[in-house]
Amino acid sequence: MHIVLKRRRGLARLGLRELWEYRELVGFLVWKDILVRYKQTVIGIAWAAIRPLSAIFVFTFVFGRLAKLPSDGLPYPLIAFAGVLPWQLFATAFAESSASVVGNAQMVSKVYFPRLIVPISSVASALVDFGVTFVLVIAAMAWYGIVPGPRVILLALFLLLCLAAATAGGILFSALFVRYRDVRHIVGFGLQLGAYISPVGFTTAIVPEKWRLLYALNPLVGAIEGFRWCLLGHGWIDARALAIESGIVIVALLFALYYFRATEATFADVI
Amino acid sequence: MSDAAIRVEHLSKQYRLGGSVPGYASLRDRVTEGARSVFRAKATSRPELFWALRDVSLSIGRGEVVGIVGRNGAGKSTLLKILSRITEPTEGEVHLFGRVSSLLEVGTGFHPELTGRENVFLNGAILGMTRREIRAKFDDIVAFAEIETFLDTPVKRYSSGMYMRLAFSVAAHLDPDILLVDEVLAVGDAAFQKKCLGRVEQISGQGRTVVIVSHNMTVISTLSDRVVWLDGGRIVDIGSPADVIARYLSAGIESNLAWVPRAPASDAFVFHGVSVRGAGSDAEAFPADSPIDVEFDYEVRQPMPPGRLFFSLLNESGTVILSSAETDGTPQEHRTWQLGRHRMQCRIPGNLLRPGRYFVTVAEPDGDRYIFHEGALGFTVSEQNSLVTKDAGQSLIAPLLEWRPVRVPSG
Repeated sequence: MHIVLKRRRGLARLGLRELWEYRELVGFLVWKDILVRYKQTVIGIAWAAIRPLSAIFVFTFVFGRLAKLPSDGLPYPLIAFAGVLPWQLFATAFAESSASVVGNAQMVSKVYFPRLIVPISSVASALVDFGVTFVLVIAAMAWYGIVPGPRVILLALFLLLCLAAATAGGILFSALFVRYRDVRHIVGFGLQLGAYISPVGFTTAIVPEKWRLLYALNPLVGAIEGFRWCLLGHGWIDARALAIESGIVIVALLFALYYFRATEATFADVI
Repeated sequence: MSDAAIRVEHLSKQYRLGGSVPGYASLRDRVTEGARSVFRAKATSRPELFWALRDVSLSIGRGEVVGIVGRNGAGKSTLLKILSRITEPTEGEVHLFGRVSSLLEVGTGFHPELTGRENVFLNGAILGMTRREIRAKFDDIVAFAEIETFLDTPVKRYSSGMYMRLAFSVAAHLDPDILLVDEVLAVGDAAFQKKCLGRVEQISGQGRTVVIVSHNMTVISTLSDRVVWLDGGRIVDIGSPADVIARYLSAGIESNLAWVPRAPASDAFVFHGVSVRGAGSDAEAFPADSPIDVEFDYEVRQPMPPGRLFFSLLNESGTVILSSAETDGTPQEHRTWQLGRHRMQCRIPGNLLRPGRYFVTVAEPDGDRYIFHEGALGFTVSEQNSLVTKDAGQSLIAPLLEWRPVRVPSG
């Protein structure tokens, strides 16, 4: 083994092979996140269920009962459930991974490992909470007697879109956070707005046709509507919109990866 | 080249100073700075740059143990950080031949809420071990740390000694080709330290390369094959441990009977001065039979963790002749600091030291750790009235011991 250390110049390499060699560390960090999150709590993992349930309650009450928004004839709680499921995955993964590098400052300044491991494991640990919510969604669908068609298989693609969007944002913001502590505020504020801009508690049906493509510049629109379409059979699916969304996410992910790799060499110096 | 483990070529590292916190900015600063630079040709507030390392070249052979010495801020830790890939060089390059593990701090990534068992796995993974490796070594790690009964207790309930032992133990079971160690051997009690040193010796005995930074000259001189002395980011001297340590300790101080730190390490504790005093008008050399007083003049300005004053006395080749702490004679190990200015004196009796040059390493409390200023004080014991002039040969010390006749039982 021969390693050369010198100042990086030009476009950074992604270092995906090294990342693969360290895959076990991702597992360990996720395991730690989960252990720590629910240790010394009285109800433990039940917290992972309370968060989405309370959001669904609020959305059903405000948008379904008070505002009487359309629900395509479906029970409103299910509309909200199918929206909250991908949104909370995105919000948790994005928020946790943005803060992850600074949150692990001690590790970053004392041990070498591919730095991308840190935001990636935060995204991965958000998947655990997603799993809990997913079980709740299945239970709710069974309660209302709704059986999804074979298109439920496509859920994997929309899940991927959602994860890729969160990973892109998380990686980019975790690198920015090292230098600019403003990120903390931007992320919190952005997610708060995002929950209302994205069709989490309502469906895209209320957005006028001519504005739909503009609305689809937000990749979460595709992910959330895709989830509804796969699970409930009703949702706004549009090929052009999905192409735009996927394009945006891929470009953002590549940009985030390169930006992260280009700045990570100075993490230990400025963190 | 084939048997080099580390080759460092013209290595330099530049850091940015200036601003309230170095390198740490907010978007607002960036924006205002940008706006300002629109009106002026160039931004006037250039950050101050300094070289932590400057043009360092060094080759370390496979299986060699190299010690690095130097005063605080000499660039030792920066060198280790570059070698361990935590930060990248500004200029020059490093070639590493083999798998590298670094131990810049024990217990990196330990989580207080997790149990000892969980932390062993987590910490091992962070240090680069695979799950299978950790499983295979788990029993050894636990046995080495001597914490079997507390394996399933969260480490937040561990004593600091247990915590350190477990943390070091994980790191001690790494299997790298190149091991980088930064001042971490100073953990635990004396018995455990000895065990740690033994472990490092064992590792180097297996043909692994070890680079070790320490303020403890005894550690450096017993372990190292070669010693590198850094100062101001440059290599001052490389050579055999005895030679380099002797030159390092006596550098810049002909006779330094009083010492004040350039900048206090913390706001809570300030040394106003540490000094040595002996009999005789000749300030340079004390007669061998005169007691020597080491005096600490210090001020505690804020409440701080319990600690103690202590120092070590080294001879010219860096061997620690003795160490003493103000709490040696009292039952509790640490004591709480009283606020205010104090003076404490420690008397080294006369007729104890051989004639020669001596150095005092002073420990400066900083929170719950210490910063060591090696060779902060230096003095000479002259041959005047020394027992050595009568006999004493090659002994390390020349104490005047009591001899008395014992009555022979008649019968």
